[in-house]
Amino acid sequence: MDWIDLLLVAVRVVGVFVLLLLLTVVNIWMERKVVADMQSRLGPMRAGPWGILQTVADGLKLFFKEHITPRKVDLGAYLLAPFLAVVPAFLIFMMVPLGPGLEIGGRSLPLQGADLNIGLLFILAMSSMAVYAVVLAGWSSGSKYPLLGGVRATAQAISYEAAMGLAMVAVVMFSATAPGVDSGTLSLAEIVERQSGTWSGAVGFLDPVLGYIPRWNVFPQVVAFVIFFIAAVAETNRAPFDLVEAEQEIVGGFHTEYSGIRFAMFFLAEYINIFSMCAIAATLFLGGWNGPVWEGVVPGWMSAILPVVWLLLKSYVLVVVFFWIRATLPRLRYDQLMTLGWKRLIPLSMLWLVISTVVIGFRHFGLPFVG
Amino acid sequence: MGMFSDLWKGFKVTGSIGLRGLFGKGIVTTQYPKEMREKPVRFHGRHVLNRYPDGMEKCIGCELCAGACPARCIYVRGADNPPEDPQSPGERFGYVYEINMLRCIFCGLCVEACPTEAITMSHLFEMSVTNRSDAIHTKDELLMEKDGSVPHVYSEDPFADLSELDAADGWMRATSPSGVAAYEGEKMWQDTPGSASWEPEPDQETRDSPDG
Repeated sequence: MDWIDLLLVAVRVVGVFVLLLLLTVVNIWMERKVVADMQSRLGPMRAGPWGILQTVADGLKLFFKEHITPRKVDLGAYLLAPFLAVVPAFLIFMMVPLGPGLEIGGRSLPLQGADLNIGLLFILAMSSMAVYAVVLAGWSSGSKYPLLGGVRATAQAISYEAAMGLAMVAVVMFSATAPGVDSGTLSLAEIVERQSGTWSGAVGFLDPVLGYIPRWNVFPQVVAFVIFFIAAVAETNRAPFDLVEAEQEIVGGFHTEYSGIRFAMFFLAEYINIFSMCAIAATLFLGGWNGPVWEGVVPGWMSAILPVVWLLLKSYVLVVVFFWIRATLPRLRYDQLMTLGWKRLIPLSMLWLVISTVVIGFRHFGLPFVG
Repeated sequence: MGMFSDLWKGFKVTGSIGLRGLFGKGIVTTQYPKEMREKPVRFHGRHVLNRYPDGMEKCIGCELCAGACPARCIYVRGADNPPEDPQSPGERFGYVYEINMLRCIFCGLCVEACPTEAITMSHLFEMSVTNRSDAIHTKDELLMEKDGSVPHVYSEDPFADLSELDAADGWMRATSPSGVAAYEGEKMWQDTPGSASWEPEPDQETRDSPDG
């Protein structure tokens, strides 16, 4: 590893960082527009064409606003919390493979912030870290509404992370049975590669149809996908699971006492998390960057970026579903939230895990007691 | 499964409205100062003191409007018309006429009380002021010119809709005089100078008919 390799790593990380920031700026604007359309409104229209610069204007405004530090805060934790929200949000996105690796001058350049062999575990760990930010912000603000928001966040995160983890386990187990591999993997790049190709040969008599269906995990693991998606909505504290920042009950929830750039960091982290969660769902279930690149038909550079376009496209479909959910469903009551998490999603994901284990086992090792 | 069909119903509503909105259809909000929504004919906007087509003031200073006002926002003092320069066709005219727009509730009872249709309501609704005394509109602001135009407080504002004050007696025209159905469809109000060419509102049956 010489200095060029080091430079390439820096380029990769900075590239992913900048891409994520740009996407987030677009996402915030897009959410406001999509929700406005669903409510028969215009949405932001003044800053730039169709108000596309509205987020930039809001960001600049927040950047130059006064920081107000309430007298009763626990200063250390109060100042730490916004960073604790933003850093894991960025780190999660570093795990998402944006495309197959490029070969430039004999050196490989994976289109991914970092390809950890424990990628999925890292994602789970980081999304739990993000909850610390909410809890710390709520507790250190020294005021009752943020505290209520923080306490809600703990319970919510624990209940939904379990379901999310179990859904991920089903995927990891399933991808261990892909043709030509002998073990499971937690690396997201590996999981994506194992979803390339089509389903041809998976179920004998359906072969003429399966040859046209891409080998995405969502088809056999549709229940896990739904569980993962619902848990992702809850993990990112989005409507209808936004009890943590329920405006009508507890003002702004955990960020009530934050202003200026510190508030902006929480806001940024929330939207980064939305996109990361959608990108991870696309990676785990919708084949990630897999898609037709028409090599030889379109110019070479186009084939090189098409995988990135496919991933963004799949992610954005899910992001729009996030917005659609927000525009449609009213907020859950606290007991409904807990009921859905503990009495529906977790048992369902466990049941699904058992079923898919049994089916995978039969397919892999054959029926027991026979021959 | 009832839960899922209920969910689907909700998603269908927002989804279909959202798709329509994506193509710019069915949007109900407007780009407000640039783009005004059309106001109903009987809109209760700021008041205007009218004139007869020959330029005489309609107000006779009887103070019935002030008496009818539930918010007590109208202040009127009448005076005898000077014989050499009469302001109104009658004996007296409104010497002082002030409306406190901070108190006015835009109920229109002054318009109903006025025996000469001197005070009517226009379509002007933007009346923000930067100090309290500006909110008291005097005869200078309320009275129309002899050509029928009404002086606009914000005439230099590029976004001001100057035509709002042209509908000076719009409310009066839209109503059947005294609420008597027999007079529906007939022009029963006194003319004002200027662009006063509105047709009378059709009678109830015509309005209720499919093409009315």
